[in-house]
Amino acid sequence: MKTELEINPTNTQIELDPSLEEVVSGEYKYGFTTNIEADEAPKGLNENIIRFISAKKNEPEWMLEWRLKAYQQWLKMKEPNWGNLQYPPIDFQDIIYYSAPKQKITIDSLDDIDPELKRTFDKLGISLDEQKRLSGVAVDAVIDSVSIATTFKKELAEQGIIFCSISEAIQEHPELVRQYLSSVVPVTDNYFTALNSAVFTDGSFCYIPKGVRCPMELSTYFRINAENTGQFERTLIVAEAGSYVSYLEGCTAPIRDENQLHAAVVEIVALDDAEVKYSTVQNWYPGDKDGKGGIYNFVTKRGICKGNNSKISWTQVETGSAITWKYPSVILKGDNSVGEFYSVAVTNNYQQADTGTKMMHIGKNTKSRIVSKGISAGFSQNSYRGLVQVAKQASNARNFSQCDSMLLGDKCGAHTFPYIEVKNSTAQVEHEATTSKIGEDQLFYCNQRGIDTETAVALIINGFAKEVMNQLPMEFAVEAQKLLAISLEGSVG
Amino acid sequence: MLSIQNLHANIDGKEILRGINLDVKPGEIHAIMGPNGAGKSTLASVLAGRADYEVTEGSVTFWGKDLLALAPEERAGEGLFLSFQYPVEIPGLSTTNFIKSAVNEVRKYRGQDALDAVSFLKLMKEKMALMNMDQVLLSRSLNEGFSGGEKKRNEIFQMAMLEPKLAILDETDSGLDIDAIRIVANGVNKLRNSENAVLAITHYQRLLDYIVPDFVHVLYQGRIVKSGTKELAYELEEKGYDFIKNEINIEEQV
Ligand SMILES: Nc1ncnc2c1ncn2[C@@H]1O[C@H](COP(=O)(O)OP(=O)(O)OP(=O)(O)O)[C@@H](O)[C@H]1O
Ligand SMILES: [Mg+2]
Repeated sequence: MKTELEINPTNTQIELDPSLEEVVSGEYKYGFTTNIEADEAPKGLNENIIRFISAKKNEPEWMLEWRLKAYQQWLKMKEPNWGNLQYPPIDFQDIIYYSAPKQKITIDSLDDIDPELKRTFDKLGISLDEQKRLSGVAVDAVIDSVSIATTFKKELAEQGIIFCSISEAIQEHPELVRQYLSSVVPVTDNYFTALNSAVFTDGSFCYIPKGVRCPMELSTYFRINAENTGQFERTLIVAEAGSYVSYLEGCTAPIRDENQLHAAVVEIVALDDAEVKYSTVQNWYPGDKDGKGGIYNFVTKRGICKGNNSKISWTQVETGSAITWKYPSVILKGDNSVGEFYSVAVTNNYQQADTGTKMMHIGKNTKSRIVSKGISAGFSQNSYRGLVQVAKQASNARNFSQCDSMLLGDKCGAHTFPYIEVKNSTAQVEHEATTSKIGEDQLFYCNQRGIDTETAVALIINGFAKEVMNQLPMEFAVEAQKLLAISLEGSVG
Repeated sequence: MLSIQNLHANIDGKEILRGINLDVKPGEIHAIMGPNGAGKSTLASVLAGRADYEVTEGSVTFWGKDLLALAPEERAGEGLFLSFQYPVEIPGLSTTNFIKSAVNEVRKYRGQDALDAVSFLKLMKEKMALMNMDQVLLSRSLNEGFSGGEKKRNEIFQMAMLEPKLAILDETDSGLDIDAIRIVANGVNKLRNSENAVLAITHYQRLLDYIVPDFVHVLYQGRIVKSGTKELAYELEEKGYDFIKNEINIEEQV
């Protein structure tokens, strides 16, 4: 069975309180640049650049071979164009594929970090020292292409947990990297995974040994700083039998007039009884009011519930990027395994998001749950695209999908593309979708109680997205709530 | 505290209020009655500042300030409260959170600090007892799936939390069962003092047995056509609006 369904909301005119127009327009808060001397490769992509990257990172021969092979395959592939997205062609020769802050990277001592860089972290609200002291969240920060600091390494190591940059993992734990790298997302999965495999410069690696419950949230911060650079990070998480980890990634970028490319790959492996919770707060620069600049975000994220009774849960709050193309997925291979996808995607001005998930049921009694909340404002386009697949042998598979869209204004669009492929008759697949608008009545009701329109919009939006926000780790939920409000400032009116 | 003079208002070019005059002093209770479509809710909405309505003539002062020049949230800050005839639902937003935002926004307007979690909870407890309000209701999404009566109870509970100077109750009694009317009316009475006032819009004399009005006004075709004491409400209950309509028609013919 294959169904395709598109729900296009009718263009209902909503006229809002004229006073709403006075609500000040929101500006991107993280748009500063940092003056750090960078060590860069020349623009463009060819075998030499890949050799340059590999050499810079002092990689073993097998890694270089792997990259070059990926590059050869990429050359033969085509950029996907099935997304509900419109953008001019990307010139892959006009991108810098390697940019590293020029400084000695001392991983254990935070004191040696370039003060400018430290200030960057402060502005991002992730002062590493503070993080270390107060929140008990371990942080790995990646600026442009290179991982800068990993906090809490020692404490984690005591439990056998490895949390480091992927570059370091290639040096220190090559056997683990070789075993799992591209085991979930094949190099040739799509155009961008092949590109990423050829040129990835850093990212995080995380390994939780058997039976260990990671005692703190692990967190990675990605930031694009240098001009004309692309960021291609690679994240690999392996949760051995009976282990648990909660992982959070955040990202920001400076305001630039040119579009910048971000093409990441994240792979998760969960063995028997393991659980991985992966949360993203994506706040790449979305471009300005007229759609100028902004990050092109082409990301492949996939997890495999390899073992029985394992669970992988994706939570994403997507507020940034000019273009988002992203479908965090779960392969439910183990019996009784569970996959979850909770998403809030906000688009404003001229942003375009085509995001959703794939749940591939293979094992018996597997369950998946999809909750997607799309919020569109301005002239933006917001699409949910999801695939629920039930294989022949996957008896008693269950899926529940809920896709809700909210429109602010009448010039934006919300679209839903749910695909369902069921090959086993015992499967139960449920899909629900709604589209709503912030009503003038709701705003007036809030106003009457003393709440101004901007605050009212934030309250209503957070209410709408609550089921997803509740999935975020406590420390980040508050920040994410503010982010939703900021992203929509100036959108009502 | 409230002085309405010759107020005219349109919606979509259609004149609904056609010269309202009304004075409300601190400590007073005014009842507004009138047939369906007379303009009662319109009057309430215009006072609260709903943007759909265009005021074409007249003035409204509230404690000496030009009410019509203020944004709806500023009017709330000044102490005006409207209990809606049809309260709206906001899915996912807990009633408690909503009320907390309202209380703190109003405090901010008045230059007061926001209530911390403990003080807010204390205030909630106090008012819940006063209004016989169910805790479970307050933890649910704002008005979502509330019964008609529960919505009205929630309106009055919010009034108790905000302690307005002028409360406009738009058919708060409709949809309430007999016990609930008594509870709500008791709540309103307990909150009364010499500084605040109530404008109660109702179709039924029954509410006025509990909330005893100083004045009863009949609104008809966008004007207050008759004012009196609470006896007028009994008369209306007995005779219906026909006798007033007749009186007016006779006047108009003359
Ligand atoms: N958008 C609109 N366009 C045209 N007429 C409108 C609009 N909104 C309200 N009206 C009309 O204004 C008139 C007054 O309505 P209002 O709601 O104030 O009446 P009411 O006295 O509160 O009645 P009820 O007792 O039924 O609540 C009605 O005739 C109504 O149909
Ligand atoms: Mg009415």
